[in-house]
Amino acid sequence: MRDGRTSGAGQHQLSPGPRLLLNPIACDARGLCIELLPELISADPWGYPIIGPGPVPQQLLPLARRAVAACPTLALMLAGPAR
Amino acid sequence: MSPHGCGLPSAERPVAPAPGELRLILRDRPLSLAEHIDQYGPLSAGQLEPKALIADVERSGLTGRGGGAFPASRKIRAVAQAGRGTVIVANGSESEPASSKDGVLLSHAPHLVLDGIAVCARAVGATRAYLSVGQGAASIAQFLTEAVAERNQFRLDEVPVEVITTAGGYLSGQENALVSALNGNAPLPTFVPPRPADRGVHRHPTLVLNVETLAHIALIARFGGGWFRTTGTPGAPGSALVTVTGAVDRPGVREIPLGTALGEVLQRSGLNQPAQAVLTGGYFGTWLPLPAALAVRVSDEGMRAAGAALGPGVLAVLPEGACGLAETARIASFLAAESAGQCGPCRNGLPALADALNWIALGRPGPDIVGWVQQLAELVTGRGACHLPDGTAGLVRSALTVFAADLRAHATAGPCEQSAGPPILPVPARSAQ
Repeated sequence: MRDGRTSGAGQHQLSPGPRLLLNPIACDARGLCIELLPELISADPWGYPIIGPGPVPQQLLPLARRAVAACPTLALMLAGPAR
Repeated sequence: MSPHGCGLPSAERPVAPAPGELRLILRDRPLSLAEHIDQYGPLSAGQLEPKALIADVERSGLTGRGGGAFPASRKIRAVAQAGRGTVIVANGSESEPASSKDGVLLSHAPHLVLDGIAVCARAVGATRAYLSVGQGAASIAQFLTEAVAERNQFRLDEVPVEVITTAGGYLSGQENALVSALNGNAPLPTFVPPRPADRGVHRHPTLVLNVETLAHIALIARFGGGWFRTTGTPGAPGSALVTVTGAVDRPGVREIPLGTALGEVLQRSGLNQPAQAVLTGGYFGTWLPLPAALAVRVSDEGMRAAGAALGPGVLAVLPEGACGLAETARIASFLAAESAGQCGPCRNGLPALADALNWIALGRPGPDIVGWVQQLAELVTGRGACHLPDGTAGLVRSALTVFAADLRAHATAGPCEQSAGPPILPVPARSAQ
């Protein structure tokens, strides 16, 4: 990305712990992930999720897994090394 | 294939070289196969040896000339190691409206590109090879098909090249969109991963290289990576094709040593009037102010140091007196309309961004709307499957910086006289998708 901002779209970064990865084509702004994981995911003005930068902190992993499982369009993924 | 004329569009020709200008891959007229071999010599079996070829491309430091500037050797090696039955795609779709370099290259040095395909096909063990051109280029497709047929008569290529025409649209030249089209799907960007090098055309590892990149590889195969580095700079070796447009007397496609000063390139293109800015890298590029940027080196390295990118090599000069905000608003509207609409932030954010910028250009912008534009640019960045939102945001951000004085003038006095004037930079009518 031009400004180095972390994004869910197609960015693989090697660092400890899994990251949330969003397929923006599959995402339909259903908003479940935003409800389930407000610590890491916020809504843009159109209701689409903005994923916070960096790996998912250890204590949020269960919630992150729940958010991934809840996504009705399978747009949200956890990618990278599991801890 | 007839060696001359060929019924090609005459508007897009290379410009006559000024003294000291390069003619490594660019020719002044279309070369027939016989003339091509006469000029460059045939490819020998030794020059096709995969390991040596990849090592030579690595030594050359050649980077992709389609806009990404990714090391070509790494792309080739990734596909070479990915397995059997690979596919090679030469990307000549050139959907960037301000660029004509790929079309000029294909119409004047088709056999260099086809040699590059042959060399790379051997290097990655390809069993299929495609050469894509844009939809508007029907005569070029015919011309290239004839060139391929002539080569096949002499069995020059182990893998026969299939010339294909991609549906129009700004995104049709994007690597994943091209692979998607070859898979029989809509010519739209796809979510990555998988990358084409891992799973591309019909699920085979696929090497996608820009046609100019392939032409350079054809010469590197013949003369070596060390030879390639004798042009350009250590950090940006070789030559590159650039398209110079806008307020210059001799617009057109030039071949320059990478690292040439922007001022020198523009001077050779006949910059004979005061100019306020140059749009670099294409429509999702970056404005650089003139004359401040005249010393910027035209290379990916040099452009990056200036906060821009060489991209596919577009340099579009905006004359003094034109309204940079209105030009940018028009381009932003074009880019917003070209959004495939697949990703929410792009589908919603780009039209909002273009609307806000049009309001700035044609209305009387207060501080709120400038803040909104900056917020929108931030919001869309990095949130699409392709780089269209990032590119549009970057273009708009650079406009707010470079045309800051115009922004203040518009805010106090309303739109300038030039805002509604004829555009300097061409924005095509929206293509069907």
